[in-house]
Amino acid sequence: MTKPESEWTWKELPVGNVILEPGNASQYRTGDWKTLKPVLNKELCIHCGLCYIFCPDMAYSLSAEGYFIADLYYCKGCGICAKECPTGAISMVLEEEEK
Amino acid sequence: MGKRVGMEVSIAAAEAVKQANVDVISAYPITPQTHIVEHLSELVANGEFDAEFFCVESEHSALSVCVGAAATGARTFTCTSSQGLALMSEITYIASGLRLPILMIISNRTLSAPLSIWNDHSDAMSIRDCGWIQFFVENGQEVYDHVFVGYRLGEDRNVLIPVIINMDGFILSHVIEPFELIEQEKIDQFLPPYQPLHQLHPDHPVTMGAFALPSIFAETKKAQEEAIRSSIPKILETWKAFGDMTGRYYHPIETYKAEDADTLLVTMGCFGETASVAVDKMREGGKSVGLVKIRLWRPFPFDAFKQAVVKAKQLVVIDRAISVGACGPVAAEVKAALYGKDQRPLIYNFVAGISGRDVTPSDFIKMVDKAEIEIEEGNKEGYEIYGVRG
Repeated sequence: MTKPESEWTWKELPVGNVILEPGNASQYRTGDWKTLKPVLNKELCIHCGLCYIFCPDMAYSLSAEGYFIADLYYCKGCGICAKECPTGAISMVLEEEEK
Repeated sequence: MGKRVGMEVSIAAAEAVKQANVDVISAYPITPQTHIVEHLSELVANGEFDAEFFCVESEHSALSVCVGAAATGARTFTCTSSQGLALMSEITYIASGLRLPILMIISNRTLSAPLSIWNDHSDAMSIRDCGWIQFFVENGQEVYDHVFVGYRLGEDRNVLIPVIINMDGFILSHVIEPFELIEQEKIDQFLPPYQPLHQLHPDHPVTMGAFALPSIFAETKKAQEEAIRSSIPKILETWKAFGDMTGRYYHPIETYKAEDADTLLVTMGCFGETASVAVDKMREGGKSVGLVKIRLWRPFPFDAFKQAVVKAKQLVVIDRAISVGACGPVAAEVKAALYGKDQRPLIYNFVAGISGRDVTPSDFIKMVDKAEIEIEEGNKEGYEIYGVRG
């Protein structure tokens, strides 16, 4: 189905809400759960990838410049990356209120 | 015409499950359902019935196994009573929400406390809102017949709803009755193999039972609600097809000498047969009394019910369960059904026969007499537990 789940009518639902398209969890924006977001200080980053490994939501991915960057659409703001970062390159800062 | 034999009702129910070519049986023993699964386990163990029989550790697991098996496309059966149903209740909502056409027989028994093994409808009422199609039957033949009706109906692509057959524990489950058994070829024709719409299969992966966000939950429930409401024509159609095959026609609401009656008894389950004897006696005495029996409890057949009772002056609704702090659940339903009618009968509600206490024809006569007097004296909200001492 092309339109987002939140627009489906009851008639469009598969019987029993069976999920027929694998991987539809990627539509789910867990990023709006967070109050704090990770901010990377690139000068301290040693590219070890521990943030990527520890992130429970697999929000981190490797950028073209070689840094691991969290996708804020999925990042729940748990702070595990900041806690595990061996150089203290990641800090958790209050997310700005959306306007 | 099929073979006519004498059989214990529970044994006939098990034979029906065998004849329905069920793939998976999963059950946990509890009185008074025991004889059904005992007999099924014997049939499977003796090699007379090619099905998987799962001995599980609880009723919660029994229905969970059925859910899993039904999700793979198997025809599944379980059976329980009372506390077992209470333990299973969590999964009853899941089975219907996932739209898996499992069939369950409930040998109705009182819910504890106090602990009681005898019959009433408190177990069935505890899961009234679980989203299954729910029948109440009156005699053994109806149990046997509804196994086939239930599978054909539940498995219909336009239905896909699990089905409960409620039969009164002991009063029905443990008696020997005459049965007209249906030939296997006829059943195979009436009930083709289950063709699931969606199934768990490694070649075509799907996810069943995932969570739903608030943005989609209401739509899911609306779809389920529409499916069960619109199953009524399919239920009628299935009964019609069954009747054409066997000569036994069933209806959501059945009446006995009700046409011109001033007073109508309203019953569900085994009460119906006893009440009809009482109606005969009262008719002999010149009383204008009839009987209305509710066979289809969910989806509630509002139209058929209204049509059956609208001309009566008063209804004497006999419940076999209490909604503690309110009234009998059947009476509550009946009152709701009639609320929108300008002309409607007055309703007097008795709760009778709970925990298997005998209700004889003379008890029905006493209830009708009492209700008529009370209503004449202006009591329009009558509700009492019949026969309570003190």
